[in-house]
Amino acid sequence: MAADTPVEYIQHHLQNLTYGKLPAGYERVDPYTSDVTVLQEAGWTFARTSAEATDMGFMAFHVDTLGWSIFMGILFLTIFRLVARKATSGVPSGMQNMVEMVFEFVQTIVRDGFHGRNPVIAPLALTMFVWIFLMNSLKLIPVDFIPQIAHAMGLEYFKIVPTTDPNGTFGISIGVFLLIIFYSIKVKGLGGFGKELSFTPFNHWALIPFNLVLEIIGLLTKPLSLALRLFGNMYAGEVVFILIAILPFWVQWTLNVPWAIFHILVITLQAFIFTTLSVVYLSQAHEDH
Amino acid sequence: MNINLTLIGQAIAFAIFVWFCVKFVWPPITAAMEARQKKIADGLSAADRASLDLELAQEKASKELHKAKQEAAVLIDQANKRAAQIVEASKDDARKEGDKLIEQARAEIQQERVQARDALRKEVAVLAIAGAEKILETSVDAKAHSEMLDKLAAEL
Repeated sequence: MAADTPVEYIQHHLQNLTYGKLPAGYERVDPYTSDVTVLQEAGWTFARTSAEATDMGFMAFHVDTLGWSIFMGILFLTIFRLVARKATSGVPSGMQNMVEMVFEFVQTIVRDGFHGRNPVIAPLALTMFVWIFLMNSLKLIPVDFIPQIAHAMGLEYFKIVPTTDPNGTFGISIGVFLLIIFYSIKVKGLGGFGKELSFTPFNHWALIPFNLVLEIIGLLTKPLSLALRLFGNMYAGEVVFILIAILPFWVQWTLNVPWAIFHILVITLQAFIFTTLSVVYLSQAHEDH
Repeated sequence: MNINLTLIGQAIAFAIFVWFCVKFVWPPITAAMEARQKKIADGLSAADRASLDLELAQEKASKELHKAKQEAAVLIDQANKRAAQIVEASKDDARKEGDKLIEQARAEIQQERVQARDALRKEVAVLAIAGAEKILETSVDAKAHSEMLDKLAAEL
């Protein structure tokens, strides 16, 4: 889609590269020529317009979100694995030093937030923190760089920051949510977990339905708030970057640079908040009343 | 901003990353860090122990030094005393020797005097006899007058 007006430019930048299934009989409108073709049978394809992406419904992938998040995850694991293989208890090299700083940071988060005994929590927190940090930091790449390259390669849409896609943040928070459920049941047993949901905050049998509603809402709020907080912050920041990019090129740096510097803080802070809250939620899941 | 399968893909990716991190990243690095912490703690405690040892050694050394000084003082004292004794003893010896020598010399002188007197006495007797002979123009029987002569000699 040609980005002629600022609104179109912004919308274009906020659309993910979607690969999904279009139903048979779907009318595809060519974005450049406005020609209409009717699909004879259902099939998987790249969406050429935002409308198509929406019409694909749930049976679709955001190729850019998945690709960049997996790339960042592999980058993280590769670097850390290389350091882990050469880890020495002697004087650490520069890279190991950096990795150990991150480790100590995460260990502090876990020590402060988690009061149970579980060897999985700390590496989980490390993965979350570094992965989200890396995904967020993609935001510091100027908004048009990589989409332009993708465009030259024939891809209509390309949004590189996975955390500005709610799918990206909800994917992680749902993982955390499943772990909360898993550890709640594992530590307290199915009955214990059910009892906790039924008899808190009001310990009276008559208030069981009320408690259940309250507790289940509370439980569901956890992944929702995790995902939406991260997504909201990143998305808003991205929109501001895109707005700045609409300005004449010679004035952009006056807003761009301060905003980017500010985002060094936001990127780290959001990764930190997501990790800390996840650790606290998991700690609550381990507490037996 | 459509919610779709990306969500599940992301969750699966997350699970795999966490699994990998738990399995292959976290243990070696924490092990290395803990090993280093232990090394540092050991080093610090060793340093503490060494400084304690040093302090003890210094204390011991100063004690030994003190003791040695005291012993040396005692030895010097003894040596001084001994030297004084020796000097005193040798002085004594020398005095005794001197006295002895003087005594001997005196005895010799006495003896020589006695001898000289005896010899003189004999000569006086002979001279007296000779004088008497001359006076009497006769020989005096020495034997007959020996008693008288002896008396004379004794008077000399």
